[in-house]
This record gives sequence, C-alpha cells and structure tokens, in this order.
Amino acid sequence: MANEIKDIDDHSGIETTGHSWDGIKELNNPLPRWWLYIWYGTIIWAVVYMVLMPAIPALPGMGTNTTGLRNHSDRDLVAAAVADLKEARVTQSETLLEASLEEIETDRGLQQFALAMGESLFGDNCATCHGAGGRGAVGYPILADDVWLWDGTLDGIEYTLRHGIRHDGDLDTRFSLMPSFGRDNLLSTDQIDDLTDYVLLISGQEHDAAAAGRVAELYQQQCASCHGVDGTGDRTQGAPNLTDQEWLFGGSRDDIYNTIYNARNSHMPAWQDRLDDASIKALAVYVHTLGGGE
Amino acid sequence: MGQTTLNIHPGGGSGGPTPPSHQDLYAKREQIYPKLAHGKFRLVKWVVMAATLGVYYLLPWIRWDRGEGIPNQAVLADFQSEKFYFFFIEIWPQDIHFLAGLLILAALALFLVTSLLGRVWCGYTCPQTVWTDLYIWVERAFEGDRAARMRLDKGKWTFNKAWRKLGKHTVWLIIAFWTGGAFILYWHDAPTVARGWFTGEAPLSAYWFAGLLTLTTYFLAGWMREQVCTYMCPWPRIQAALTDEYALNVTYRYDRGEPRGPKRKSESWDERGDCIDCDQCVQVCPVGIDIRNGPQLECIHCALCIDACDQMMTKIGRPTGLIAYDTDVAVAARAAHQTPPKYRILRTRTVLYSVLISAIAVLMIWGLATKATIEANVLKDRSPPFVQLSDGNIQNGYTLKLVNKMAEPREMEISITGIEGLSFNVIGFEHEGSEPLVVPVEPFGVDRYRILVSAPAGAPQRLITISVRDTVSEETDTNRASFRGPN
Repeated sequence: MANEIKDIDDHSGIETTGHSWDGIKELNNPLPRWWLYIWYGTIIWAVVYMVLMPAIPALPGMGTNTTGLRNHSDRDLVAAAVADLKEARVTQSETLLEASLEEIETDRGLQQFALAMGESLFGDNCATCHGAGGRGAVGYPILADDVWLWDGTLDGIEYTLRHGIRHDGDLDTRFSLMPSFGRDNLLSTDQIDDLTDYVLLISGQEHDAAAAGRVAELYQQQCASCHGVDGTGDRTQGAPNLTDQEWLFGGSRDDIYNTIYNARNSHMPAWQDRLDDASIKALAVYVHTLGGGE
Repeated sequence: MGQTTLNIHPGGGSGGPTPPSHQDLYAKREQIYPKLAHGKFRLVKWVVMAATLGVYYLLPWIRWDRGEGIPNQAVLADFQSEKFYFFFIEIWPQDIHFLAGLLILAALALFLVTSLLGRVWCGYTCPQTVWTDLYIWVERAFEGDRAARMRLDKGKWTFNKAWRKLGKHTVWLIIAFWTGGAFILYWHDAPTVARGWFTGEAPLSAYWFAGLLTLTTYFLAGWMREQVCTYMCPWPRIQAALTDEYALNVTYRYDRGEPRGPKRKSESWDERGDCIDCDQCVQVCPVGIDIRNGPQLECIHCALCIDACDQMMTKIGRPTGLIAYDTDVAVAARAAHQTPPKYRILRTRTVLYSVLISAIAVLMIWGLATKATIEANVLKDRSPPFVQLSDGNIQNGYTLKLVNKMAEPREMEISITGIEGLSFNVIGFEHEGSEPLVVPVEPFGVDRYRILVSAPAGAPQRLITISVRDTVSEETDTNRASFRGPN
C-alpha cells in the first residue's frame, strides 16, 4: 500500500519513507539543493575528465589505458622536468667542468654551487653507506675526519669517485687484496692470536707482551710489506695505519682477530659511468670540505 | 512544543523602546534596497571611499629608489627574495617580529577607536563596507533608487530589466577584476606583472589570485553584502566586548523620540516624541535594521540613518540629531530627566590602549632605528656530531650564515673562542690556528661559510663563541654554539 499512497507525517506535514521501526518513521526530506547540484557537477566533471585525461585502463588495442584528448602523461612530464633542470644547470655545470678542483673550492660562487650540488648528490648516492655528512659506519670509512685509506686530496678523492675501490668493471680501480690468513691456512690460529696481541701493542691498547714478542718477526714477514715496518700503513695500497685509534672494522681483540683470520676487502663502485663529470667534481669538493680534506 | 526562539536583541535593556523580543532561529535573507542618503556623513563616506580605493589601486605604482639591484617599488611583499618593502623600511625574514608588532599596533588602534567612537572602522573604512557601497552606487546607477529597484525586481523579465541587470553585473565584474588585478601588484614588480598579465608571461599564482580576488569581490560586495558583516565577520562579536556605554555610537535618542507615531500638521508636539515614524532611517540602512531598536549586532554604524533623519527633521522644522553619535549613558540620563554626563575621551580603557600603542610604537621605532645590518647564525653539523682527527684532536663542523642587509659588499672578521687550544679553518680560505679571519660578504644577501673547529680531546669547555665583526663599522654579532666530543 505504501507504494501507491504517500504517507504524510501528521506533525511536520512531510512525506515519510514509508518504513516503520517500532512505530518510528523516517521523514523523506529532499536532499539539500546545494549538495545535489555539486553532485551533478561532479558527474559532469567526471565525463569531461574521462574524455580529456587518461581514464580507462586496459582497453584492447589501446595499450595500457586510454590516453584522453590531452595526451597527458605524468612520466613524460617528469622526463621533461629533468631535461629542463639539466638545461638550467648547463652554464654552471660548464664552469664546474672548466675550473680545477682547487679553483672550485676557493672561488666563493663556485664553491657554494658545488657544495649545494654535492650535498644533494651525496644524500642520494653516498649517504646510504657513508652516512649523512660522511659520518661513516663499520666497514664504511668516515669521510669527515682526516684519516684516509687511499688519498684525501681533491684529485685523489675525484679518482676514487671515478674508479671506485676493488670495482670489477674498472681497470683503473684502486686495488689491493689482504689475504685471509686463517681461512686459507696461511697461518695457524695460535699465530693469529699472537699477531692480534702485536696489533694491540702497536696501537697502544692492552695486550699480552709475551705473545706480541713471539710474532714480531712474523709481522715483518707477513704484514710489513703493506702495513709498513712500523705499522703506519701505506696509502698507495690502501693499507690502513694500525698504530692510530681509527678502525674501519673495529679495534677490539675479537675484531682484530677476525680481520686477520678472514681479511677485509671492501668495495666501492666506480661512479664515472653513473654520474656526469660535473657531478663527480661537485661531489669531490663536497667530500673534501666535510672535515679532513688534504 | 513551542517554537524554538532566540532573543538576539539585548540592546533595549536600558529602558529604551522594547525590541521585537523573539525571532526564528532560521530566517531567510530578505533583499535589502538601501535608499540613497544625503548629508554630511554620506559626504564623508564618499570621501573616505575615494581615499581608500585610491590608496589601494595606486599604492603599488609608487616608486622608491633603494639602490642598485633592489626593487624600487615603495610597497612590495617580495616572496621570491623573502623581503618586505615599505617605503624606507625593509623587513627581512630575520625581522619578522616587526610585522607582528605592526599587526599588534593595528589591533590596538582598532580597540582604541572602538572605545572612543564605536564601529567607525566598520562604518567607513572596512573593505567590505567600501566595496559594497561602491557596488550599491553602481546598482543605483543602473536600476534607480530604492523604490525603482524594488519595482524592477518584482516585475517580469523585460528587455528593460535585462539590460539593466546585465549592465550592473558587467560593471561589477569589471570592478572586481580591477580589484583582483591590483592585489597581485603588491607581490610583484607592478609594471612588469601588469604587462606580463596581459601577454601571458605573469606567474601562474598571479592569475590564480587575480581570479580569486575577482570572484570574492564580486560575490562579497555584490551578492553577500551585509551577510558578511553579520554572519562571517568576527569583529561584531569582538567589538561588543570592547565598547561600553561611554563610547560614541550611532544612537536613536529615544528620550526625545518617544512616544513616536505619525503626526498630522494640526497636532501639537506636546505630549509626544519627535519621531514621526517616517521610516527613512530604515530605508537608507545598508544592513536592513531599525536603529530605533537600540544597539544591534548587525549595525555597522555607517551613520546614514543620521543623515536621513536630519533631513526629515529639517523638513518638519524640528531640531536635528534625533539620531546622532551619542553615548548610552547620556541618552539614559536624559530619559531619566538628569543632566547627561559629559563625553569623556580620557577613560581607563582609552588611556590603557593609548599607553600600549605608544609603548609598542616607541619599541618598534627604536628597533627599526637600531636595526642591525649584519646578522650571524651558526648551525652545527648534526651528522657527524664530531670526529676524532689523526692527531687525537676533536673536530666539529659548523655552517655560518652571514646576513648583510646593506647594499654594498663588506668585510667581516670571524673570531672563535671558548676552548683552550682551539683552532679553526674556513673552507676556501688559508687559515690555521685561532687568529681571527677576515672574509668578504656579498651585498644585500646571505652568505654561507663552512667552518671546521678542532680542539684537544678532553678540553673541559663545551661551548664556543663565534663572533663576527664588520672591519669598518665595528658592528658585531655574537653566537654561542656547542662543541661536542666523545666524553
């Protein structure tokens, strides 16, 4: 019966929905006009949008989606923006390419540009391993101090950036190899134990003097060729100074034993194929100014 | 169940005429057709309108020479280079407190004026009032005065009605466009952006804001009018707390007007009030109220009802001023047959506001006069907080931002002290040890310097002082910064 006859509420005079819950009825008030018109507006907008913009996915024979009349593509926009950015940087990038690294660092304008560029490049590419601001981590050298394994000059840093360290695909990469004295049975575990005490001795830490004394000769035979007769290292081979307090892989007894037994040969990729020359120069200046450039 | 009611007229409490006591909670807007008033307050309003609109439209075109490479627009909010120019004042982001001070001054000035003269701001100078007034003027030009407009709106759609409406809205939109267009001139170099606007070279934000202001002007002044003041603006509520019975307000002097009623020529003025119920004060009212109901929230105190009433009083040969700027206390006193108190400018609140305004103004002038032309800010590297160098010393990195607010290049001497045996160097300069270092600073800008400070491990002092001194003017700025180490 509710289908045919309108049920009018006595009190308000407004039509009800006809439903009744325990005698309670709902008034069938119309939707607010402003709301309704906005809703109609969105429907019209949706149709216009579907015609103009990519909207319907996977129609047969149309690629991944309809392209719309405007041929809009976010991917193209990003590519165009990147190209624009490169073009905007061209003049300054060119001055970076022409100037020497020393000039870049001492010329105020070039320095500001290189540092700003270097900072963002470092954050994107280097901070993953070396930490924000070059704070370093176990196995990844601190770049903000003045302790350098290979070379801390501007040119040296640029070379490392270009060719990497122990990077397979680059013939000019910085390369050296420490043998795994324990794993490859070059030395017995007792000898490695004693050598550990020897390294603790030359780095000024608590050690067993007798044990260290037993392997003074062995150190000269096995280690001195790279780490030096006095243990101060050799930068041409990237061999660390064993007498200071800086440890790439830790300076405790266990850490040192581990290093001698298994050897440590960490890698850094060569960046010359991934970054353009101006970026590498900016990065070299940035790293050089972090705190310990030579 | 009775109807829900709300009393929105608290005004009649002082013994005046009884206002209609109840109104519906929801009332549909009734179109208001303000009649043109003639008189001294109408004249004042025309003059104020011309002055305020003139300032708004012309101010960005005034030039002010500041020197090479600095914008020469007298009033400019330059967001791109983060500076605000106002004639001889330049506000840098570092001086943002001056802007806060300016806003505090403006607020206090509004308070003072309100406690002296009621809502003169609303009645004469508020942009909503000025533009609405201008729009009503246009409306009147196309559609005639009150009666003609009412007739036109009631009548059928004819060619006559259509072209009048079309003409009115066209002119409204043109005014709105000029309003929005003038707005963007305050944020860019006016001639450049005005030219660029029409050649399509202006920034997107300029089009956006010009469009937005065009729409808001058109709708707020053309369509919404008094509803903005009554429902949207917080000021009517705030001002109710600021005004008091001693403030001058547009007031119906019920002591003189009541009992009111139409009067025949033959009737005597004895035993009756001066108000002849001619309704003129209601017809000219732009917010559609009856001033005779006492002080009301909707009333913007534009004083047009004073003009209307004075005109009528002159015509019937009674003294003017039945509606006038008066205080509640004076009206109440006269109604009780007492001598009204004299209007007092010096009251606790006006004195308080004046003292506050003077104090803040003096502070700001002193601040502007002695504003530093250099500023040094030191940011310590957070990562790494410190490093140990191969010689055992501890090194911390800092970025020094040097602000030079003058239009010429300067030389600044950086000196760092605070820890026994510290040394520092600035990247890009040859420097060792703790001797001061002189660096160049570019004109009118911010320069960044990267500083590395090293000190022996275990030095007890943990704070360093970085000070910067202009080698010529001796102006200095000093910063303290922490120096971190392993222990």
